[in-house]
Amino acid sequence: MTFSNLTRRGVIKTGAAAGAGLALPTYLSAAAHSGFTNAPTGDTVTLGFNVPQSGPYADEGADELRAFELAVEHLNGQGDGGMLNTFSSKALEGNGIMGKKVQFVTGDTQTKSDAARASAQSMIQKDGAIMISGGSSSGVAVAVQGLCQEAGVIFMAGLTHSNDTTGKDKKANGFRHFFNAYMSAAALAPVLKNLYGDDRKVYSLTADYTWGWTQQESIQAATEAMGWETINDVRTPLAATDFSSYIAPVLNSGADVLVLNHYGGNMVNSLTNAVQFGLREKQVNGKNFEIVVPLYSELMARGAGENITGIVGSQNWDWKLENQMGDRYKGTNAFVQSFGEKYGFPPSQAAQTCYAQTLLYADAVARAGSFNPCAVGEALAGFEFDGLGNGPTLYRADDHQCFKDVVVVRGKENPENEFDLVEIVEVTPADQVTYAPDHPMFAGGELGDCNPGA
Amino acid sequence: MDAILLQLLNGLDKGSAYALIALGLTLIFGTLGVVNFAHGALFMIGAFCAVTLSKIFTLSHKASEPSGVDFLGKPKYDDILYIKDWFGETAGAWMLDWSVPLSILFAVPIMLAVGFVMERGLIKHFYKRPHADQILVTFGLAIVLQEVIKYFYGANPIPTSAPEAFRGSFDFGVMLGFDPNAIIYPYWRLIYFAFSALIIGGVFAFLQFTTFGMVVRAGMADRETVGLLGINIDKRFTIMFGIAAAVAGLAGVMYAPINSPNYHMGMDFLVLSFVVVVVGGMGSLPGAVLAGFLLGVLESFASMNEVKNILPGIDQIIIYVVAILILLTRPRGLMGRKGVMEE
Repeated sequence: MTFSNLTRRGVIKTGAAAGAGLALPTYLSAAAHSGFTNAPTGDTVTLGFNVPQSGPYADEGADELRAFELAVEHLNGQGDGGMLNTFSSKALEGNGIMGKKVQFVTGDTQTKSDAARASAQSMIQKDGAIMISGGSSSGVAVAVQGLCQEAGVIFMAGLTHSNDTTGKDKKANGFRHFFNAYMSAAALAPVLKNLYGDDRKVYSLTADYTWGWTQQESIQAATEAMGWETINDVRTPLAATDFSSYIAPVLNSGADVLVLNHYGGNMVNSLTNAVQFGLREKQVNGKNFEIVVPLYSELMARGAGENITGIVGSQNWDWKLENQMGDRYKGTNAFVQSFGEKYGFPPSQAAQTCYAQTLLYADAVARAGSFNPCAVGEALAGFEFDGLGNGPTLYRADDHQCFKDVVVVRGKENPENEFDLVEIVEVTPADQVTYAPDHPMFAGGELGDCNPGA
Repeated sequence: MDAILLQLLNGLDKGSAYALIALGLTLIFGTLGVVNFAHGALFMIGAFCAVTLSKIFTLSHKASEPSGVDFLGKPKYDDILYIKDWFGETAGAWMLDWSVPLSILFAVPIMLAVGFVMERGLIKHFYKRPHADQILVTFGLAIVLQEVIKYFYGANPIPTSAPEAFRGSFDFGVMLGFDPNAIIYPYWRLIYFAFSALIIGGVFAFLQFTTFGMVVRAGMADRETVGLLGINIDKRFTIMFGIAAAVAGLAGVMYAPINSPNYHMGMDFLVLSFVVVVVGGMGSLPGAVLAGFLLGVLESFASMNEVKNILPGIDQIIIYVVAILILLTRPRGLMGRKGVMEE
């Protein structure tokens, strides 16, 4: 036996290859699975719910977690079944997923991309989660979606509204039920035209990050298409708390509409400041000054208190939808009943989207007859369903974005209680908010190939 | 011109909050030599005193007869406020409306107590430790305090209204000969500015014109000599810690209607307030106040579109740029004394 073929270069190459192999995360190495990442082997299957449990969106995260728990309960045949009873697909039988009892682990995103990736990675590697869901921020969603693509698990996004999640950052393993900034703008524009006319001058304040940019771009395009003019857009730091310096220039700008492309605490503070500066009572260009908040949430409305009165915005879903807009939104009452009985108050839109995503994932596994993420992805792509509270919905194959009706809401004048802060103005049908897969606002990314982790 | 005046008002208003927090920080640093990173948390606790009193005023019992059905279709019973039961409809409604100003009375003893407990229970053990230890322990304490508040009140901002009479805006423009509505400014922000001026003036008067204040000032200048005169300076410094906590707390109470309180609001102000203290000069009370207003006004002007068009992003860094410039030209800050934090 000789080592005559052994060269220094060869040793380095071999060592590098071996090192790279050893350095691979366990979820990317073949030994960690049989055919795909975290294939369930026993009589249970583990889902990972990655929500903000600390930080500014912790309350929204808590509501998401409640919804996940309820969904798991219903999947395992406990409770009243909730939206399983109204879901158009009947593949789920209340015996877990494909007969395996569903259990779950949770992670804390802290609404920070790196923390969210770390907690998702821990759930995949240490806890064997086969699907990750949840979240309250687009930055987090894009980061975790990327991780899930690398890891070979399915990502069922929670509350993420940036166009980029299913636009330039879309991934084959990622699926979004929640609506997006383009849809908000498309739904709002005709309503705004009806309410405020077609000759308006807009000043907008925009949170300086991915969601804010896409929201501003979308609402500007939609309102300018109906004749409004954008006279200024000012980017505001995400960390800003007092917006008085940004609101003051609006007073004498000649604008008669202020669009606040803000979410969460930013929106609560900027709206409060705008109302303090008397913008709601102001008359400009012979018209009443108006404020628009493109993305609404119940928790934000609660934080803004009476300042939200009369402010128009959009939502993915509202707990009063079926009662007020009829049977088309079946599933809503079933979910509100289950959630309300268990927790004592109505669910938020974040809760609804997380509940729906869990059921949709489980149903796709059952229809595919496999936990393999590629089989699940195939079952979800192009899937048309109903009965989950939003009316007839399509999970479009081209970008893994759900297309469904969008709810336009307004802050209620005299709310009866803290859960009754918004009223439904109109529901914009799905076809009016649908766009081509190659729309310029969503350009720049590819779904790529599904990764089973093998 | 109107835009400049508006931003000047904004700056003075922002500066009020910075100055109040920085004043408290400087009082603690000047007397006890402690760098208190929990000071922002005291501001936040003050704001939550207003939230708490408002919650106390809205404690209720259920009506005996249902008034309709709830979201689940079950009988709904209206909430009847205890304060309206006890004080009558009119007085109860007035107390609820004026809950923020009334919170001042509620917050002062609470903040004094919090200050005493903090100082006696924790801070005093770190007097002789390096500043790095003090920063670590007080920063840790700040995180504990904000998590406690989050546990009880949640992470969502809690709207806290100013009294109805002060919810509108004042038209400065008309007063100054501008068009109506050209320069309007919220009443409550003006009240906040006046309140801050009153508190700042009160603290200075207390230190300047009372015997207690004189001893404290003497202790700040030369603690050892004052001690040798047989005066228990430690006890007075403990009281000053309580007063500093109360100042931060009152700043928080009155700030509650400006931006809905949330558990994180103290941290939002903390870093800025430290910059204010450093720019003003470590240990200098007038320096802290001057720097608070100066940086507040500069921050507001930097947010003007005309300025941002020339220097994009300047609004986010102006305070730090000014801090660097001042520290380069005046290493002890605007009014810093020789020997403070210098070996």
